[in-house]
Order: sequence, then C-alpha cells, then structure tokens
Amino acid sequence: MQIAVNILVLASIYALICCGYVLIYKVSRVLSLAHGELMMLGAYGLYATASLFAGHPLVALAAAVALAATVGAAVYLALMWRMTGESVLAAVLATIALGILLRGAMILAFGTETRHPLGQLGWTNASVALGTARISAVGLALVLSTAAVYGGLALFLRSSRWGIRMRAAGQNPLLAAQRGIGLHGIYALAWALATFTAGIAGMLLACDAGLESTLVIIGLKAFPAALVGGLDSLVGAVLGSLVVATAEVLLIHYVDPLLSDVVPFAVLLAMLVVRPWGFFGSREELDRV
Amino acid sequence: MSGYFRTRYAEDSALLDTRPQKIALALFSIVLLVYPFLASVLWLDIANQILLSAVGAVALMLLTGYAGQISLGHAGLLAAGAFTTGILFKEASAPMWITLPASAGVGALLGLVFGLPSLRLRGLYLAVSTLALHFIVIFAGSEYETKRGYSTGIVIDSPIQDGRAWYFVLLAAAALTVLFALNLLRARTGRAWRAIHAREAVAEALGISVPRAKLAAFVVSSTLTALAGSLFAYYRGFVSAEAFSLYLTIQYVAMIIIGGMGSIAGALAGSAFVVLFPYAIDGGMGALGLSDRLSSLVFAVNYSAFGVVMIGFLVFEPEGLIGLWRRVRDWLVLWPFKQRPL
Repeated sequence: MQIAVNILVLASIYALICCGYVLIYKVSRVLSLAHGELMMLGAYGLYATASLFAGHPLVALAAAVALAATVGAAVYLALMWRMTGESVLAAVLATIALGILLRGAMILAFGTETRHPLGQLGWTNASVALGTARISAVGLALVLSTAAVYGGLALFLRSSRWGIRMRAAGQNPLLAAQRGIGLHGIYALAWALATFTAGIAGMLLACDAGLESTLVIIGLKAFPAALVGGLDSLVGAVLGSLVVATAEVLLIHYVDPLLSDVVPFAVLLAMLVVRPWGFFGSREELDRV
Repeated sequence: MSGYFRTRYAEDSALLDTRPQKIALALFSIVLLVYPFLASVLWLDIANQILLSAVGAVALMLLTGYAGQISLGHAGLLAAGAFTTGILFKEASAPMWITLPASAGVGALLGLVFGLPSLRLRGLYLAVSTLALHFIVIFAGSEYETKRGYSTGIVIDSPIQDGRAWYFVLLAAAALTVLFALNLLRARTGRAWRAIHAREAVAEALGISVPRAKLAAFVVSSTLTALAGSLFAYYRGFVSAEAFSLYLTIQYVAMIIIGGMGSIAGALAGSAFVVLFPYAIDGGMGALGLSDRLSSLVFAVNYSAFGVVMIGFLVFEPEGLIGLWRRVRDWLVLWPFKQRPL
C-alpha cells in the first residue's frame, strides 16, 4: 500500500515536470534541457515572494506562479525565438547553455544553502493517513495539482481558440502561419505554459524536501518519462511517468537504493531500442528531426 | 585570383600544399617545442590541459562535426577510459602500456554500444540515447567506487611526474590524434562520413554502407576519447565519478561549437578557448577587484559567464572561432573590395 502511494507521488512529480517537455516539443519541436533549472527558478520565485508578501501565503503563491509564466515567455522572447528554424543541435544546445547560465545566476543571487519556502509561507508539512499508508500534505497537493494541470491542459488544447492554434502550429507550422496564426506568439505561449507547470513542480518539490540543487537532477530524470510516453503526447506523458515511477520505486525498494539515478535512463534506453517514438508519440517525427 | 593551380590529384589531397603553410607549420612546431622551457608551472599546466582536451575535442569533432552524429555521452566515454585505467591499476597494478590499450579497447566496445542506437535513431533521439548511456556508465563507475571502498575516488601513481615530461607526452598524443584525424578525413572513411552528414539517402545511393560508416565514426571517436580519459586519469593521478558530470560533456560540446563545426583546427581553437576561459574569468574578476567579495562563488560566475558565451556563439557566430577567422581573413585579403572578383 505504501509502495503504491510512493509510486503515485513519484509518478505525479514526473508527470507534472514532463508535461513541460511535452508542451514545448509538441508545439515547437525543440527539446528544452533547461527545464530543471526553470523549475528551480520557479521555486526560488516562491521563496522570494514568500518573504515579500509575508503573512499572505496565497498572494505569495499566486505571484510566484504568475512570475514563472512570465519567465517562460521571457525566455522565448529573449533567446529561443532566434533558434526557430535552426538545427536540432543548435536549439538543444541553446537550452543547455541557458541552463548553465541560470544555474550560475541562481547561485550568485541566492547562495548555495538549502532553503525552505514552506516554512517561509508559514505552513507545515503534515502527514495524512490514507488507509494503511501515509502521504505528506505536500505529496497530496502534488497529486492533486498534477491532476488539475493535466485536466486544464487537456481542456485548453481541445476547446479553446489558443489551444487549437497551438496544436495547429505543432502539426504543420508553415500551414498554420499561412492561415494567419502568429507562430512567435504561440511558441511564447507554449514556453510560458511549460515554465508555469515547471514552476509549480519546483515549488511543490521545494516545499516537500527543501530547495537545493538536486531539483535540477529530478528535472532531468523526468525527461525519460516524457520520451517513454511519446514526446508529443500528453496522455503518453502520464503513462510514461507511471511506468518510470513504478520501475524506479520497485527497484529501489527491492534491489538497491543507489539505482534511483539510473533507472529512468535504463527504461529510456529499453524504450528507444524497442519503440523509439514512445507509447503515443507520432511516428513520422523520427524522420523529421 | 592568385596564379596557383592544382594540376595533380596528389596536390589536391596533400595536407600541406603551399610553401607559406609549410613555413607556418614549422614556426608553430618550434613555438610548441620551445614553450615548456619558457613557461611557468601554471602556464605549463594550462597547456597540458589544452593538449589533453584537444584529443577529446578532435574525437568529438570527428563524430559530430564530420559524421553528423550528435552525442551527449562524451563525459561517459572519458569516464570509461579513466575508470578502466583506475581499475586495472588498482586490481592488477597494471603499467601504462597495458592500461592505455585496454582503455582503447573498452572505448571501442562502448563506441559500438553507443553507436548501435544511431542505426535506428537520428538527431534528437540519438542525443538522448547517448545521454542515457552516459548516466549508466557513470553509475557503473560510482558503483565500483562504493563497492570497493574508494568512495572518494581512486588514486593512481603516474609513471610521469614532471610537468615538462607530461607536456611532451600530451603534445605527442595531441599531434598524433590530429594527424590521424586529418588522414582519416581525406581517406574513404572520412569522405563517407561527410556524405552521410550531408544527406543519408544520397550517401546510401552512392554505395556507402551507412550503418558501417556510422558505427566506424562512433568506434573511432570513442576509442580516442577513452584514450584521452586514460591519459586524464594519469595526469590528474585521481579518478572519481564526480569529475565526469554532464557539465564536462557540455564543455566538450561547447569546444566544438565555439571552435567551429566541421574543422579540426576549430576543435583545437575551441579546446584552448574553453580551458583558458575560467582563468580569464578569474583574471578579469581580479582586475575588477571582485575576487575577494566573490571568492566562494567563483564557480557560479564561471557557470553563468560560460552560459552567456555559449549562447553568444550559438546566436551570433554559429560557425565559431574558425568562421570568425575566415571572415577576418577574407576581409584582409580582399580589401578594399567586399567580394571576390568574378
């Protein structure tokens, strides 16, 4: 039972993080390897707003979330729009360089010690009983917000005008542009949404375990989940997260705790050998990249 | 138009074809040979690091710059070479003439493993699979460290202690690597790689065995990289999984990007740039009087400055230092004109 709860929490962590990878890839065919750093930036945003709006935790949360979305749009408008249409390698490297830059800048701005934004907000991380298992309040919040984010995204992409434009831009950018869809606006929106979800993930993880540089590694470990599910499918991201989280929790529990860092990548390799486009990814893409 | 025409195929494929090139190479070699007798200990160490990373950068350039196969597993391959050396040294106290070929063998084998996904995957997916292999190699290395009780790293006694002796060893290694790469590139294999880089389907239609050429690129590149890793282990006298982080891969990729894709000279320029960069930052901070205030955060300044420089090259000068040099040279040669006369 406890193992099932652990799997659920880890899967929702991965799912919440990797919907950012999926969104950016689905819409602009760019793989963002700065996602872990953007998560961490979101968490530092919460830390900063929590001390700014001391005593109003909800205001601080709202401000931090808005800040994360703004940062995402800013990243696109300042850097990534120049990489539109460049080679795959150039775009990936630009995000890697951005990641290094952000990592250095965050250490310069906030130092290296572990921070605890949850205490800053004035809340505590209580433990909730769930049948025979226990789950931390933040863990529960993680599961719920992952469900909310995916529900919201599905609704947005399916029925809102901007969501439909985003899907169109992802399917065929040239045709979409000729039909009057402003690609830069769409891509900026995708980056804003992706950073917004990454920010939520970063904030919740920081509330759970403290804010330190391991967040970046968690961000990178979520990437295999996105690829296992199929890089351009949100349903796939959920399934991929479940698969990776199950494998990781079970192997840690029954074999060796040290395996934690390597299991997602082993699952990824197995998937690449058998079915490189993932569970739900579209297949022609392999020729397109 | 100068009055120089090539009239024989041998002239066309010669590595050095004009007298100025030969003179320039001779002068450059003399400078390289005299350098260790003039340099201080610090500058000797910097030169050694540049030569060492030049081997790895040339290897990556062959794979990515010429054969067009993206790899994010370079640190993993360096680690494989270093750990093979470390393990053989600890378990069998093997001398250098055993560990170097053994590292090369492990590198070749891993190159085959790293290369297998490239037969089915392209571009991004290939990069991701090499990234996954990086984590697995590093995991195996740290597993060895913890299981055998070398949790802080493996210490290796190097047969070469003197910095100047190291300089000549590394100079020979780098020169041989460059010579090997240049010769390979003008031979059948190198031409096949370039054809695959340009367009795979056409390469196949020309009768090139694409799988074989791709695997050859991975194997050659990994072998050289593992050798560099082995030399790295001896030079540092210390092997630890922490030294081979993803950041090291990024540094090597930055070397070939900053140097200029598709050029061996670019790989050399890039490795000099990336190795010198932290020292330049350090010097710059000292000159600005910031080093006291930021002394504990030097690495963070390094990170952010490195990110900025990499973004700058990707956005403003995608052809790297070599592209910059070519543009300057054309400007000088053609002045006062802007274009070559018809």
